[in-house]
Amino acid sequence: MNKKELEDNLVKGIQKAVTSVTKETEKKLRDAKNKEEKEGAKVQLKAILENIDVGKNEKRPICQDTGTQTFFIEVGEDFKWLGSLKSAVNNSVKKSTEKIPLRPNAIDPISDENSGDNTGRFIPSIHWDIVEGDEAIIHIIPKGGGSENMSKLEMMTPGKGLKGVKEIVLDQIAEMAGKPCPPTIVGIGLGGGADLAMELAKKALLRPVGERHIENRIAELEEELLEKANELGVGPMGVGGKTTVLDVKIEYAHRHPASYPVAVLPQCWANRQAKLKITSKGEIEVVR
Amino acid sequence: MKVLETPLDHEKVKELRVGDAFYITGTIFTARDAAHEKLLEIDDEDVPFDPSEYAMFHCGPAIHKEKGEWKVVSAGPTTSIRMEIFEDDFIERFGTKVIIGKGGMGERTLKALKKHGAVYCQYTGGAGALMANAIKEVEDVYFLEELGIPEAFWMFRVEEAGPFLVTMDSAGNSIHDDVAEEVSKNLEKVKSKL
Repeated sequence: MNKKELEDNLVKGIQKAVTSVTKETEKKLRDAKNKEEKEGAKVQLKAILENIDVGKNEKRPICQDTGTQTFFIEVGEDFKWLGSLKSAVNNSVKKSTEKIPLRPNAIDPISDENSGDNTGRFIPSIHWDIVEGDEAIIHIIPKGGGSENMSKLEMMTPGKGLKGVKEIVLDQIAEMAGKPCPPTIVGIGLGGGADLAMELAKKALLRPVGERHIENRIAELEEELLEKANELGVGPMGVGGKTTVLDVKIEYAHRHPASYPVAVLPQCWANRQAKLKITSKGEIEVVR
Repeated sequence: MKVLETPLDHEKVKELRVGDAFYITGTIFTARDAAHEKLLEIDDEDVPFDPSEYAMFHCGPAIHKEKGEWKVVSAGPTTSIRMEIFEDDFIERFGTKVIIGKGGMGERTLKALKKHGAVYCQYTGGAGALMANAIKEVEDVYFLEELGIPEAFWMFRVEEAGPFLVTMDSAGNSIHDDVAEEVSKNLEKVKSKL
């Protein structure tokens, strides 16, 4: 595997991500359209599904906000190309901006200058995880600004317990209403410190829509919140209806005795993701 | 399928009610925060087109030049509530009758819609590819150099663009207000059972 091959494959991954939603997301949206009764909700879902078809057929970014380019990388401790990954990711983002094209979405917060190529200080955002083995898995999740703006972190009084967690999540889903482009996928991070809770909430979004957490007690909490969120009536794009969220995803970390961080981080219906795998031999595969 | 053509028939627009969905064939123009500000600060004779004839779209498109011609990549709506601070003045001065965006607008705009027989419509957030497909031509662009790509006035010739769902009408109805009220009731109910 040479550098160009790696970068080209990353561009392919980004292109796949921004021009489609994951297949599990699409299926849930189709199910939702059959379930909705109100005309307004149906109109929104019909447009969403037609839009997904156009994106797929014409390789067109499904939303004009092609997001902040965000990567979660699980890299094996014996993976041979670890040293080239970071620069390859950066270069692939620059190439994608020109080729796909992506909207330039990286702005200096002090001068307000747009870098023009979606890169900048700490951007693209890369989260690293060192794991056993000699392979690398790269998750690509371009994250739109509208949904990210509806994120929330609450340092909950620990004594409020799980009931408090549920209240925070449901309050936030009601509060954000149509703004994060529902039906959303709601990522939730529990425990850790403030930083870890937010990171886990975003990481939780990587799990395919419909797939429950491996631990039963978390899976049950996800189910309960999913059901209750859809009783709120926000509906597709906030016009009222049965489908407010497509799924709820929870990740957790152990917490400090005095702290109980609760992070809520929604993803819009345009749940754009790709996943690449690089084997120990340097073969690159787009697995999702 | 209900299709409105531009120049818009103002009487037809006035009759639209919340829950109606329609499409547009003709011209729509984009306007975000800076575009609103710009038009409101210049003299009438410097306004380069008649904003009452066409539908206004809250949108900052992803757009690029191919062989010297502008091509729209993706063009979904942006969050409309940011324009609340000047939308009533805009409607009052320029007579715009159809406003398209996402997320709804506030009391000031609702009042202006009522006074001037106008409507606010929601176009599905994120559905930028579908809209780009309905845009057949970039007819013109105004204040591009000064405002930059996302904020400039883009004049798009569209064919059956939509669906646009009327969520605020000239009779003073707002789906956004109704849903907010219902959600707040539902939230209390759901929380009481936790």
